[in-house]
Amino acid sequence: MKGAAEASATGALPPLVDIRNLSIGFGGPPIVQGVDLVVRAGECVALVGESGSGKSLTARSLLNLAGAGATVEAHRFRLQGRDAKAFGAADWRRLRGTVTGLVMQDALVSLDPLRTIGQEVAEVLSEHRLLPGRKAIGARVLDVLARVGIPDPGHRARQYAHQLSGGLRQRALIASAIAGEPDLIIADEPTTSLDVTVQAQVLQVLAGRVRAGAGLLLISHDLAVVAGIADRVLVMRHGRVVDSGPTAEVLTRPRHPYTKGLIAAIPSSASRGRRLTGAAQAIHRDGGDPRPAPRQEVVLEVRGIAKHYAGAAGYGRPAFATKALDDVSFVVRAGEVVGLVGESGSGKSTCAKIVLGLLAPDRGSVRLLGQPWSGIPETQRRGLRPRLQYVPQDALSSFDPRYRVSDIIGENLASHARAGRAARVVELLEQVGLAADIAARNPSSLSGGQRQRVSIARALAAEPALIVCDEPVSALDIGIQAQVLDLLADLRARLGTALLFISHDLGVIQHLADRVLVFHHGKLVEQGPVGEILTHPTDAYTKALLASQPRLELDQALA
Amino acid sequence: MTASARIAPPSGLLHELGAPARAGHDPASVALNRHRAYPLPVLGSALFLAALFAVAAAPGLFTAHDPLVGDVLEGLKAPDWAHPFGTDRLGRDVLARTLYGARYSLLIGLGGMTVSVLAGVFLGILAGQRNRFLDEVTSRLFDVLSSFPGVLLAMLVVTFLGQGMLNIALAVGIAGIPKFGRIVRAQTQLVRDADYVTQAAIYGLGRRQIFLQHVLPNVLVAVPVIATVYIGSTILTVSGLSFLGLGPQPPTPEWGVMLAESRDVLRVAWWPAVFPGAAITLTVIAFSTVGVFLQKRFEGRIA
Amino acid sequence: MGSRALWSRVVARLGTSIIVAWASVTAAFLALHALPGRIEDILAGDIDTPGLREAIAAEWGLDQSLLAQYRAFLSRIAGGDLGTSYVLRQPVREIVGSQLWPTVQLALTAGVLAVALAVTVALLTAGRGRLSRKVASAIELVLASTPVFWIGILLLMLFSFTLRWFPVSGANGWQSLVLPAIALALPTAGLLAQVLREAIEKALDQPFVTTIRARGVGELTIRTRHLLRHASLPAVTLGGWLIGGLLGGAVITEKVFGRPGLGSVTLGAVLTHDVPVVLAVVLLAAFIHVAASTLLDILYLLIDPRLRTA
Repeated sequence: MKGAAEASATGALPPLVDIRNLSIGFGGPPIVQGVDLVVRAGECVALVGESGSGKSLTARSLLNLAGAGATVEAHRFRLQGRDAKAFGAADWRRLRGTVTGLVMQDALVSLDPLRTIGQEVAEVLSEHRLLPGRKAIGARVLDVLARVGIPDPGHRARQYAHQLSGGLRQRALIASAIAGEPDLIIADEPTTSLDVTVQAQVLQVLAGRVRAGAGLLLISHDLAVVAGIADRVLVMRHGRVVDSGPTAEVLTRPRHPYTKGLIAAIPSSASRGRRLTGAAQAIHRDGGDPRPAPRQEVVLEVRGIAKHYAGAAGYGRPAFATKALDDVSFVVRAGEVVGLVGESGSGKSTCAKIVLGLLAPDRGSVRLLGQPWSGIPETQRRGLRPRLQYVPQDALSSFDPRYRVSDIIGENLASHARAGRAARVVELLEQVGLAADIAARNPSSLSGGQRQRVSIARALAAEPALIVCDEPVSALDIGIQAQVLDLLADLRARLGTALLFISHDLGVIQHLADRVLVFHHGKLVEQGPVGEILTHPTDAYTKALLASQPRLELDQALA
Repeated sequence: MTASARIAPPSGLLHELGAPARAGHDPASVALNRHRAYPLPVLGSALFLAALFAVAAAPGLFTAHDPLVGDVLEGLKAPDWAHPFGTDRLGRDVLARTLYGARYSLLIGLGGMTVSVLAGVFLGILAGQRNRFLDEVTSRLFDVLSSFPGVLLAMLVVTFLGQGMLNIALAVGIAGIPKFGRIVRAQTQLVRDADYVTQAAIYGLGRRQIFLQHVLPNVLVAVPVIATVYIGSTILTVSGLSFLGLGPQPPTPEWGVMLAESRDVLRVAWWPAVFPGAAITLTVIAFSTVGVFLQKRFEGRIA
Repeated sequence: MGSRALWSRVVARLGTSIIVAWASVTAAFLALHALPGRIEDILAGDIDTPGLREAIAAEWGLDQSLLAQYRAFLSRIAGGDLGTSYVLRQPVREIVGSQLWPTVQLALTAGVLAVALAVTVALLTAGRGRLSRKVASAIELVLASTPVFWIGILLLMLFSFTLRWFPVSGANGWQSLVLPAIALALPTAGLLAQVLREAIEKALDQPFVTTIRARGVGELTIRTRHLLRHASLPAVTLGGWLIGGLLGGAVITEKVFGRPGLGSVTLGAVLTHDVPVVLAVVLLAAFIHVAASTLLDILYLLIDPRLRTA
């Protein structure tokens, strides 16, 4: 952790990692070029960049696991003071697990799913014969599992990865990486895809290892995650380091325009009302007020809805019911952006399905534009369907694979508009910032950001009063995310379409939403204007959520 | 085989296609390797198949000899210029017989395939609907059918219906139904639950419209690919049944029949055994190679 | 929780097996009745002895109601009575019982051989050098595309007629088992090796392999300790089909090598329309197949813990 570096810097130990002018390629032009990297014991160095920036490849090269056919070259490549350029395969193997430990993203696929947690953690110990006998190994496994904060390690060691919750699973993965007491931990997006509260806990575990004297190389796409833990940051782009230095310095005084853009693209409460991309200009609005006052007409009214999922009885197990949603009520008014925030399993998706009329609530009712929406047969809903549209997270899978962009958007156009169909498609494409020639393309040939724009254009084609957006930006790189968020803000200002915006990312909600609904364990624990709820939360869970949110407290510095 | 599709590990569309459910696997369905645009083996196989179809359509254009008539005195002559594949026991030209044989193998193979495809697609789509009763009934039907080894099931059919080309085509076709049915069922479920079908419901399309516009086309688009992958194994089974004497009868120049005849003269002549066998193997390889290639292409399109 | 879920799956699986068995028998019964012609004629096959048809009618209770006939048929099969072959003038059970072992012996030997070959080749070539993979997969494609009887004929030609290493036909001693077992094993081995190698290569792309490598585990250990288990899942899924293929293939192989066994019995029965015998063999094969698939399903659950907790 910060400040811990001095403690270990007293000895004249060589740095754990000392690399000069690293380049990695696969035969063609190098993917990584001119990277210098130093990691010392007791410090955390972060590699930050978008996908394809070469950050993971750089990290993997420290284990000689850059991949088959990779050529790694460097002026200097030293690990613990030893020249790694002279290492053979056996030298590298001896190093792995004992000097360097690797923690990857999703433990569900990063631990062998067919072996128990105990077997996985023990493997490094038995492979390197670090401990004599199975008993000693078993004891160490329990010790390590306890050290990463896994309760009841004896029981967990006999379980498989899929039986553990996301947070426990990720800790087990960390345990398997540190069981051999490596001096350097390489963590490659260790908290991506975890809920924020769990993410905070996992980062704490890693920070604990740094305090205990290990070096940590943290790879992340998320500047905010890095800000809280790293001593130094390297920002990578297109295989090169574009910015580097102590964390605070890089984040407050970014030298490279790319870093500046990256920081500006992070949505947060401070970014409200301004564009995330390009210059820090305000989004064009009709009046001087940065947030147009929502009109009072109620578009969606959700009253007391509940949903239970029944689990079938098994042998020796009674039937059970899970409350996916419990007594939830809210309204969405015309032109309003309502953010719906919650972690996995909070009931967000169930709520979205009920609102979309794809799932019938067990209790309660939904009304759309003043007319009944739930509890009626689908045929009666059909007339009102165009008024309520949907933008899913994964745009590509929501496109019929046989369709071109023009078919996708065209299918959702009101049937009376069939004559001017092609013209209308082009108009819609322009509205979402896409060129007209995209219409003839197959969506699989488009980029992630373009696909999401097509998805938005498709929703707009029906001229809806309300669009339900389900995590529409969470699979996108930060730069693309910023563009899509800007687009949504623009469209909202221009067309006055109301949005029910579902996200796990508080920052996105703070940036975009007028009001927020906080979901927890199927309950709506708190709702109200964004400014109020997210600065003065009253509910304990909302408070915990806010406390776990990694953030850059640097927005003022940017302005 | 039972409960197969439910026990099969979670996997994407093409693994369903390739290794659909248990008991539905065949040589052809396994990928050879990853292909580039049109790799040489695929081009070669496609050319071979084109030639094969041409030969089957008009074998007389490719040989001057009669496949059924030979001079017994010219019997069992080793390959030479007059008879490049030699002659059989009755002095018939092995090349001519092999060329005419393409007609029977393709005809019976395609016939059997048609039976499997038609019944399999119908039942598979039925099973893939969101109706547990229909699914249970059709899936159990597949289980029952596939618990009989294909060759034995075909033998049973022949026992009841008698020998002959039409009957073994029917027998092989029936044996192939569960294989196809399960793949189509898996594909139907996959499409049924796909996000784009949900999206179509949000457009306000009716159930029938969704089925006709989105579900059915995306299920059917996979069928020719699956059929190509599996036709090779159908031809293999057909040749086995003919070899046992259950299909076309001598003197029909069918490859399996020719091999059965060659067994008796093996001590003195290798050529009657080698050429028809090679024809079967090459045909199966060619269909598999092209089928797997199409499958990979199809996979890329969906993913 | 794991073992309870496992048992519930086993019980469910056995339940389905019984349904399949019952449905197969019922289908056979219905087929018999749905066929054109009198059942006496169908069952008598090509035999035309005076009084035979009356005897059959009496034995099958053909004068009784359909339901009563069905009930009698079911209870007879359940009791292991497979009827009488009027062609061979012998109870079917005796005929099948005496010929079962040579066929099972052949299928088992070939199965073990195929698995051993496939595992070795897949372990050695998966994810390795491009050339060795290409050569191996080309050989596998050829083997998987070659009819069993043609391989048999080629082996006979080479090893029995030309080299005279093995007997041409018969079932005396292990020498007579070598060529048939190889002929039967090779196509299966080719197919299985393809499946295994593809599965190993798919597993090699999984992130957990990187984790294991990062622990300093060697490549061979990764394959044997981790990947083989992953690769065995699709192979086990194929198991039922392979067993069916081996049983069917055994019938054909027996004809090539002139081996005694169920093959020659069945073939003879098919050609003489000896329905009781064919029916018995087919039902027997189905039962073997169902029993083996049940075992494989349980094996699958033992290999993959993810399916145990459902």
